[in-house]
Amino acid sequence: MQESATPPRSSRPAKKRAAVVTAGLAIGALLLSGCVESQRDEGTADGGEATVDSTFVFAASSDPASLDPAFASDGETFRVSRQLFEGLVGVEAGTADPAPLLAESWETSEDGLSTTFALREGVTFHDGTEFNAEAVCFNFDRWYNWTGVAQAPSVSYYYNNLFRGFADSPDAAVYESCEVNGDLEATVTLAQPFAGFIPALSLPAFAMQSPTALEEFAADDIGGSAEAPALSAYAEGNPVGTGPFKFDSWSVGEQLQLSTYEDYWGEQGDVETIIFRVIDDPQARTQALQAGTVDGFDLVSPADIPTLEGEGFMIVPRDPFTILYLGLNHEVEELSDPLVREAIHHAIDKQALIDQTLPEGTQLATQFIPDVVDGYNDEVTTYEYDPERAMELLEEAGYPDGFEVEFNYPTNVSRPYMPTPEQVFTNLTDQLSAVGITATPAPAVWTPDYLDNIQGSANHGIHLLGWTGDYNDTDNFIGVFFGQEKLEFGFDNPELFAALDEARGMTDREAQTAAYEEINEQIAQFNPAIPLAHPAPSLAFAPRVDSYPASPVNDEVFNMIELNE
Amino acid sequence: MLRVIGKRLALLVPTLIGLSILLFLWVRNLPGGPATALLGERATPEAVERVNELYGFNEPIIAQYLTYMGKLLQGDFGTSIDTGRPVLEEFATRFPGTVELAVVALIFAIGLGIPLGYVAARYYGRFVDHGSVVLSLLGITVPVFFLAFILKYLFAIQWPILPPDGRQDPRMDATHVTDFYVLDGILTGEWDAAWDAFQHLILPGIALGTIPLAIIVRITRASVLEVQNADYVRTARAKGLMEKTIRNRFILRNAMLPVVTTIGLQTGLIISGAVLTETVFAFNGIGKFLADAIFALDYPVLQGFIILIAILYAVINLLVDISYSIIDPRVRVS
Repeated sequence: MQESATPPRSSRPAKKRAAVVTAGLAIGALLLSGCVESQRDEGTADGGEATVDSTFVFAASSDPASLDPAFASDGETFRVSRQLFEGLVGVEAGTADPAPLLAESWETSEDGLSTTFALREGVTFHDGTEFNAEAVCFNFDRWYNWTGVAQAPSVSYYYNNLFRGFADSPDAAVYESCEVNGDLEATVTLAQPFAGFIPALSLPAFAMQSPTALEEFAADDIGGSAEAPALSAYAEGNPVGTGPFKFDSWSVGEQLQLSTYEDYWGEQGDVETIIFRVIDDPQARTQALQAGTVDGFDLVSPADIPTLEGEGFMIVPRDPFTILYLGLNHEVEELSDPLVREAIHHAIDKQALIDQTLPEGTQLATQFIPDVVDGYNDEVTTYEYDPERAMELLEEAGYPDGFEVEFNYPTNVSRPYMPTPEQVFTNLTDQLSAVGITATPAPAVWTPDYLDNIQGSANHGIHLLGWTGDYNDTDNFIGVFFGQEKLEFGFDNPELFAALDEARGMTDREAQTAAYEEINEQIAQFNPAIPLAHPAPSLAFAPRVDSYPASPVNDEVFNMIELNE
Repeated sequence: MLRVIGKRLALLVPTLIGLSILLFLWVRNLPGGPATALLGERATPEAVERVNELYGFNEPIIAQYLTYMGKLLQGDFGTSIDTGRPVLEEFATRFPGTVELAVVALIFAIGLGIPLGYVAARYYGRFVDHGSVVLSLLGITVPVFFLAFILKYLFAIQWPILPPDGRQDPRMDATHVTDFYVLDGILTGEWDAAWDAFQHLILPGIALGTIPLAIIVRITRASVLEVQNADYVRTARAKGLMEKTIRNRFILRNAMLPVVTTIGLQTGLIISGAVLTETVFAFNGIGKFLADAIFALDYPVLQGFIILIAILYAVINLLVDISYSIIDPRVRVS
């Protein structure tokens, strides 16, 4: 998932004594509210029992950036998109593996370039338009023929990254053409092999949208002013897909409402109305759940989990699809020595780090991809926690008394793979000092200082960073980290770069998986940085929620939610 | 009078031009830049370069400014980088919420502040007086976000008698005509919606109104103390006027002048308090949006919102000046 700046977390609440003092000031509030209480109960009862049951309120951290997922790359947009739209390819429940959705099956030619999709019958878009091969090709051609602002990488992020070129720049393009073979069969032909093609189609950015609505509401008309792209009429309030829910209304900054699509081809669950309530402060989301105004929210702060569980709320952890690592800058003399890197690896007790600073459900990392991603190597070389061995290695490398190194970490930020960087920093500093490595703290605010320093300069030592995956794509993890020479790590390893490049271009998924398994071993031996953990993000729900379809890649459609009240 | 108003409005022009230049320079010299904010932690230098070019951030700053002002004069405030919507539209959808909040805060502050200050002055040196002085001191010293948090914790979470966040219950199916939710409820006859919206204003309104309340109490008290010992009050008493007449027509009216000035200034300051209050209560107003824009380095929103707020501030102060002459005919607006 593309990441962007997150505001710092709000300040911590107050101490008890101060609360007592301030309570005096609040007397006015008490008086006022005391006399309104009785009537308020009446007010909410007006809503009626019938709607309470099937209305599900979810606290979102922001508005969707756009209602057109083709022009989006952020989590909150995709959360809404997944209710409205479906792609040709879906995700096997609870995993990151591709599964049939609007395409019941597909067959790829031997050269890996053409894929023929057999489409599901009897599917209609919310506006009544039939879903068929023509609609499929309309969508593929739409993406390929974008011009102007629509081509900007910040606008069509995923198409840019994965399909690389447009009709007016066909040399770079991965896509070539789409052919209608009949009402329910379409063949998509690629110009160059792309082994990740099928799993990529499970991204909401490549969901099928109604050709009629796209044209009627000028979805591609996003010129806007020169300063920033403007949303089209389609993206502002007329999204039309085939999903179990259709768009109702959007009150920007407040809430977005969806309701059941009666002619949905699949199962309709307990939820008939979804309200995404925008609450951007993490603490305010927790409080909204406690107060009962929302039924659930995402990315629960690890510190809040015991409290919420104690109050009877349900915590649902996702299988981790993240990686947190300790980066090592090979430009630093000591860190360029493989023996030193091995020593650091042996000096770190990953399990202790996880137990003390990371949320429940976090898995220990031996490599840079979580185990649900293709190419995960069960037999990869590992470096057990062994401080004695670490000290021996340091001595062997010529640092019998250890050495001093700058430790860069971000402050006041919470990432899905790193809820509390300061705690991770403190924990690791202690562990390193036990073997004689002195870490000098170098804190910086997340954006722009920290990222600029780590990714844009060679002026750093060891550092904390990580990644949240988009879909089952190995290259999206290790290719991003180690696919080319980067200032972040400062090493040049042509052998590794070539291996990653080759694997990326492979057409056969099985051969590719095998290649990635090998690459993971290669990385483990080269030991360029230290994979620490795969932190698991959690959701929290009101007691009336019986089950929620948690997915490592966030493929969570609310018709699968079960309610008991 | 009209001429004076016209003159005051004309004075607004150079003020706004100066402000816009300062803002423009300030915003563009913030560290990082919008490209980094847009593209995130894996942005390549090429991508940053493309974005800069696309949005015109590479042009000379004077050219950028002139383009910006040219559009501004046509009512085009640009488009938010963060949301992709016109800045004016973003302002318009959030403005009613903040106005409702400010009105409730002011009613709370004025409605409670003037009587409290007056009573304190009348019973000068007694318990009521000391009590109100201590309370107003507390009101000034407690930070807004802290008070907001405590109010929310006590009356929405611990004893859930008022809603914790937002402008209306998410499940409330209300019709919105003007986007002033309380007014909408009254206009459409959806009384439950109006009542619900009003309840959502109580806690943030109190949080936001507390500092103005404390200041109004102090100014009213000081002003009444001064006026009630003035010669003309003594003369009125000597003339044998009824105490009620003396209080209402001589003391209160004359004491109101500094209070009105204070109210005008506080109204402007409410916007800055709204940033914190709106965040704690997840209240969709201009304060919160402006704060988000700062984090997101959303240049067009920062510039547009601050200019719009400045215009508002100037208009409020003009209204305050005009009200002087209504309260006290001796003062001529000039």
